[in-house]
Amino acid sequence: MSDPGKPSVPGGSSGESRRLSRSDAAYVARLARLDISDEELDLYADQLEAVLDYAAEVDSVDTTAVAPMAHPLPLVNVLRPDEPADSLDRDEVLAQAPASEDGRFMVPRILGEAP
Amino acid sequence: MSAMGQAGQPASASAIAESVRAGSTSARSVVEAHLAAIDREDPSLHAFLTVLADDARAGADHVDELVSRGEDPGPLAGVPVALKDNLCTRGVPTTCGSRILEGWLPPYDATVVRRLRAAGALIVGKTNLDEFAMGSSTENSAFGPTLNPHDRSRVPGGSSGGSAAAVASGMVPLALGSDTGGSIRQPAAFCGVVGMKPTYGTVSRYGLIAFASSLDQIGPFATSVVDAALLFDVISGHDPHDSTSLDRPGSRLAEANCPDSAQSVEGLRVGLVRELMDGTDDPVAQMLAKAADALSAAGASVEEVSIPELRYALCAYYLIAPAEASSNLARYDGVRYGLRVDAEDLTSMNSATRAAGFGPEVKRRIMLGTYALSAGYYEAYYGKAQRVRTVIADAFAAAYQRLDALVGATAPTTAFSMGAKVEDPLSMYLSDVCTVASNLAGHPAISVPFGTDEAGMPVGVQVLAPALGEAVMLRVASALERASASLPGIPAAGRASTGRASTGDPAPGRAPGQVGEPA
Repeated sequence: MSDPGKPSVPGGSSGESRRLSRSDAAYVARLARLDISDEELDLYADQLEAVLDYAAEVDSVDTTAVAPMAHPLPLVNVLRPDEPADSLDRDEVLAQAPASEDGRFMVPRILGEAP
Repeated sequence: MSAMGQAGQPASASAIAESVRAGSTSARSVVEAHLAAIDREDPSLHAFLTVLADDARAGADHVDELVSRGEDPGPLAGVPVALKDNLCTRGVPTTCGSRILEGWLPPYDATVVRRLRAAGALIVGKTNLDEFAMGSSTENSAFGPTLNPHDRSRVPGGSSGGSAAAVASGMVPLALGSDTGGSIRQPAAFCGVVGMKPTYGTVSRYGLIAFASSLDQIGPFATSVVDAALLFDVISGHDPHDSTSLDRPGSRLAEANCPDSAQSVEGLRVGLVRELMDGTDDPVAQMLAKAADALSAAGASVEEVSIPELRYALCAYYLIAPAEASSNLARYDGVRYGLRVDAEDLTSMNSATRAAGFGPEVKRRIMLGTYALSAGYYEAYYGKAQRVRTVIADAFAAAYQRLDALVGATAPTTAFSMGAKVEDPLSMYLSDVCTVASNLAGHPAISVPFGTDEAGMPVGVQVLAPALGEAVMLRVASALERASASLPGIPAAGRASTGRASTGDPAPGRAPGQVGEPA
């Protein structure tokens, strides 16, 4: 994979169409931990650009002094009593893991670590 | 126990529960009739990914035992229910329509599943869906598409297409789906059944595999408004396992929506929303006009309203939902559950696993969301879309200052042909244009079957209400349901008999391979 680097600067709030290059798509795929073939990259770059062009219509809405809405209902700081309760059975959970050992999830070598 | 037939069985959820609780029909006979219907219908529909015949029979026998002991088996006693396969069931495959979760056995039940069991419902199977609920046609399932029971060359809608088709074909009287941008209401419209998205926070999402957490909500499919209310009553109510769950008791809406005692819409102020009518196909627009007339005739004051801000709902949705999905789906990394593709180091293993396990639409949305959340873009896309969300919620609030409920199309068209939109993601996304605003605002909305197009395909009319406005929403929906009875009917599509219970009928015409009679 070529070094995709950072994508080009977004179009700001002007509403003009944003170009999503193949290297932008490669960069995004790497961030998302997706191995994507060159053919797929071309397809996704085109399709994502079409969706982003459409979605950029949000730019035409005046949101001056409008707060972002992250949650439809005003629930904040939801707490529960700090009481011990049953948790999931460890063996049942680990039985579903691709690999486990000694009561733990097992993973391949972490990059940079000695084998 | 006397032999029970498939004919003459009560077909609606309310009738089944009433009959089983009264001891006039056995839960076992109900479940046998529905398992036989699944055997008969599902090979040509592919609504189910898993059928739980033995579990359902065991549950039925338990219900019958409670009845025989004089104990209360619960409000859904003996009612077969299907679950969208993104709801966790302990020890039962839960795939989300994805190869990445193929073979995974959840170590716990979703809260809605526990509540269904406690209410006496019989879980008969898990239904097909677009992978991770991302799609509007159920064609994105890794396990093949579901077909529309009214015309097998057409899609059932999505993403809860399996649940919609299962109810529309009479295989089950009730099913659960999830609705992130219309995934209950749009397939309900395409299949000619009732589909309801409740207010965000009224139904626990614990055990619902997350797609877009600020939008996802579980809700019912049913053949009638009262049955949808009955199921909503059972699954709603506070759950400490979901921190977005509202601290309120479960609803009690079924009684108010019984056909015998339903409240009229007299005096209600209903807005016909121009933005949820513009651009719809002619047959849909014609049915909307008839729906408005019907509500007027029933005593509501109906006026056309414009909420221009709704035009931005779909763009905001297609930034917010993929952004949240890209974050939620980061957990499928080949470590704790599901698929792993081995590689020499961790990052390569993560990337190879995700490439092999996710289908094209899921990858597309993960990439879109990752892009929208990446450094330098967050405010321009996700941040902006969240502000637009506030603008839309405020616009709804202004409309509800003088209106009790809103009405519009559920989808701009009736069910489209298989394959018509798979190559063009944006055109597929546009089929959600009428439904996404309710998810952004967190409001309830319901789709009610209301007539058909010239090809006989069902049309859905959508009723919207403010947050926690389910009662008024269901009143309007019930009025539309009553009015729809005078329209040219929706074809039966294999729907089970609607006759009331009559015991002792012999089972007619059983096909080979059907389930046996209870002993």
